[in-house]
Amino acid sequence: MNQTTKLGAPSRRALLKTGGALVVSIGAAVPFNFARAAEDAMVTGAKPPLTPDRLSSYIAVNADGTVSAFYGKIDGGQGLHVAIAQMVAEELDVPFKAVKVVMGDTATSVNQGGASGATGVQNGGKQLRAAAAEARRVLVELAAEKLGAPAERLSVDGGVVHTGTEMANSVSYAELIGGRYFNVALAWNGKIGNPLYAPGKAKPKDPKNYKIVGQPIKREDVAPLVFAQQDFCTDVKVPGMVHGRMVRPAIAGAMPVSVDESSIKDIPGARVVWNQGFLGIVADKEWDAIKAAQQLKVTWSNATPPFPEQASLYDHIRKAPVRKREVAEQTGNVDEAFKGAARVIEAEYEWPFQSHASMGPACAVVEIKNDQVTLWTGSQKPHFTRDGVAAILGLPAEKVRAIWVPGPGSYGRNDAGDAAMDAALLANAVGRPVRLQYTRDQGTGWDPKGPASIHRVRAAIDAAGKVIAYEFGSKAFPRVDVNSNESKPHDTLAGQLTGVALQSGDGFGEPEDSYGFANKRAYWETVAPLLDRGSPLRTSHLRDPIGPQVHFASESFMDEVATALKLDPVAFRLQYVTDPRDIAVIKAAAEKAGWQSRVSPGKDQRGTTVSGRGIAYVQRHPTRVAMVAEVEVDRSTGKVWVRKFTVAHDCGQIINPDGLRQTIEGNVVQAISRTLWEEVRFNNKNVTSVDWLSYPILDITQTPEMIDVVLIDRPEIAPTGAGEPATRPVAAAIANAVFDATGVRIRRVPFLPDYVKAALS
Amino acid sequence: MNEKFSLNVDGKSHALVADPDTPLLYVLRDDLGLNNPHFGCGLAQCGACTVHLDGQPIRSCITPISAVGDARIVTLAGLGTPEKPHPLQTAYIEEEVPQCGYCINGWLMTAAAFLRDNKKPTDGQIRSALEGLKCRCGTHLSILRAVKRATAMMG
Repeated sequence: MNQTTKLGAPSRRALLKTGGALVVSIGAAVPFNFARAAEDAMVTGAKPPLTPDRLSSYIAVNADGTVSAFYGKIDGGQGLHVAIAQMVAEELDVPFKAVKVVMGDTATSVNQGGASGATGVQNGGKQLRAAAAEARRVLVELAAEKLGAPAERLSVDGGVVHTGTEMANSVSYAELIGGRYFNVALAWNGKIGNPLYAPGKAKPKDPKNYKIVGQPIKREDVAPLVFAQQDFCTDVKVPGMVHGRMVRPAIAGAMPVSVDESSIKDIPGARVVWNQGFLGIVADKEWDAIKAAQQLKVTWSNATPPFPEQASLYDHIRKAPVRKREVAEQTGNVDEAFKGAARVIEAEYEWPFQSHASMGPACAVVEIKNDQVTLWTGSQKPHFTRDGVAAILGLPAEKVRAIWVPGPGSYGRNDAGDAAMDAALLANAVGRPVRLQYTRDQGTGWDPKGPASIHRVRAAIDAAGKVIAYEFGSKAFPRVDVNSNESKPHDTLAGQLTGVALQSGDGFGEPEDSYGFANKRAYWETVAPLLDRGSPLRTSHLRDPIGPQVHFASESFMDEVATALKLDPVAFRLQYVTDPRDIAVIKAAAEKAGWQSRVSPGKDQRGTTVSGRGIAYVQRHPTRVAMVAEVEVDRSTGKVWVRKFTVAHDCGQIINPDGLRQTIEGNVVQAISRTLWEEVRFNNKNVTSVDWLSYPILDITQTPEMIDVVLIDRPEIAPTGAGEPATRPVAAAIANAVFDATGVRIRRVPFLPDYVKAALS
Repeated sequence: MNEKFSLNVDGKSHALVADPDTPLLYVLRDDLGLNNPHFGCGLAQCGACTVHLDGQPIRSCITPISAVGDARIVTLAGLGTPEKPHPLQTAYIEEEVPQCGYCINGWLMTAAAFLRDNKKPTDGQIRSALEGLKCRCGTHLSILRAVKRATAMMG
């Protein structure tokens, strides 16, 4: 096809060549007709502006031939930077070890959205891949000029461009541009954050030629951690720095009425910073700061936060006025189909508030010097944090540099963003660099929470036992009372406590699957936040926002329908799921787990310890995951132990299978924790989950024996997310396995022993 | 009131002045510049601040410096080095355990003391020995693989 035409027609590039000079239509206005036109056009000694439309904003070849890849996201500990380096090295044809990924510093990278939505490879990697491909194209053109050979005839190996058999005729990337910068414009789509995309003219490689992508390359960042050589955000020290701590009210919503500064006058360097609801202290030494925060005498206003009793949380959601309703999906005529149903199956599910409960409470260091602000933050979205700090200090964004330093894992919008803003206000007030760290109770008690929700699901069955209609509804606190980044003061505690009104975002979400029911509707409704300012129950993104909630309900319900229709849960799904990749993961998980086809629950489950298996499957735009949980339930205590998980995972092209496996494992273990143990407790005064006793998480004694992962590699399909998808089916898979074991359906998370025991009796 | 203390940390002696109530954690981090024990809870609930005191893992966040006396303190930095790694450090690298790594002190220091005293532990014994330590990223299975690998290396 068209081969003759291709061979016969001179390429555009060839047409542009005259007398050894090359005119290219990229970069700045290009002079031509002299010998070094390409180099003059595409290479510069002065650093171009750090904007998303410049190749230099993503890739630099250093004088020693190593490559810096500037990545406007961050790695939260899953080894993402290894995958990014693999993608860059692959496109550039340099050794993997030649690439260093520089992450999350606003002085070196553009805003690619930080860690967000499991898009590290899907979006962030896509951009770095495009930039690296473009860099290679430009370097080959530069080499063509230097070597006097057409670019088409050149190859690259290990960062050296050569003319194939005549290796003598070669030039290295370092010789071409090392230590200088690409002066090349990219076709930026005008967006920042996750959707940022700025490709060049180069087309990335055909996956069948990959040598580095797809390899299980090891991480290099583990050794510094185990040898205590890796600093965290908490370890940043700045000369002249003081230690800060925040003072929060015992009763949510209370404001300081009076503050007795003399109560801490015996503590060296202790100072109070108070502005409306914002109350913090600093001291020279950290232990002194901790003591001062405890010792400070504060009179608080009377406050009665409108929190329901914990036990009536779900009733509150049921009864609360609907603030916003959206029908997210509508196929056929659902209401008519239900009217004509021979049988209707329905169920309701409940999910609690959950905390990020990061391993350490958040920390931030802020230095303000000559109107220039430097922020060291563990926030997973440092570019947005920079914007927020600039806004709260009333400065232009370019006056603030945010340097991401690994913090305790954040899993979404944890407390790190609030700490950055608090530290900025403290540093601004005391005129010294401030290192602020929260206390444990602030980390768990005052971080933004994953929203609590209820889910009503029903299915219409016809006389032949076919599902003719399906309706999935959620009623919930919105997914973001505060945005998933901290770029606006109203999305932070510091902003809200200094008088900026909450602007609760509205929205929730719906299950993602490919059940081909003829009539199908999915809708959600949100209710107002419980406290409109500075609330310890304000919501924001927690890993796979709303995903665990809705899929716990939807995939539990599919098993309820399967049981009602006396069908095996895998067979039921295969009967209705339409997408071939979905079908493939379901089959792969079932096969690897040795799934025996039968109706749930199993029989003869009368002993003290009973066992069962359950499946669940999901999409997450557009990754697919299916998993089989095998559980043991102690009927005498109600304790659920997930003995084994088998996971089939399809996220398109696999960049690094080892990193992917570990990432999936982390998803599953954390989601088991959220399913079995995690619930933010509160009373009518405040959140009472304030430490690891009052907010328990999975213990190693309860960890599964094994998580068996089947990776489905699809090199031809662009890689998609893995940092969150395997979180969302876990709760339903466990619930389905518990039902299989006991014949009892648990419709509320967490599956605490007392709750399960009560349900069993 | 501040008092003078002499601490033996990772084989070196340090003289310092501090409030006797100061938890060892802050002395190690802020006065001696040893960043690796981390503040996780201040309540002895998570293990991120774990160091060895005369070979026994303790939670430095609740151990006042006045209670340390002349006991030998060993931190993660003193457990092994890239040149002379502890088998657990090697195993952690080979198993690529981390997610965020903030909890690492608790697991490594607790497991090191346990493996020193228990040569061929079962899976159940390892889990019991590590009970109560927190890892929020969910690396528990990797940790177990690493401890078992280290056990094998230690013969």
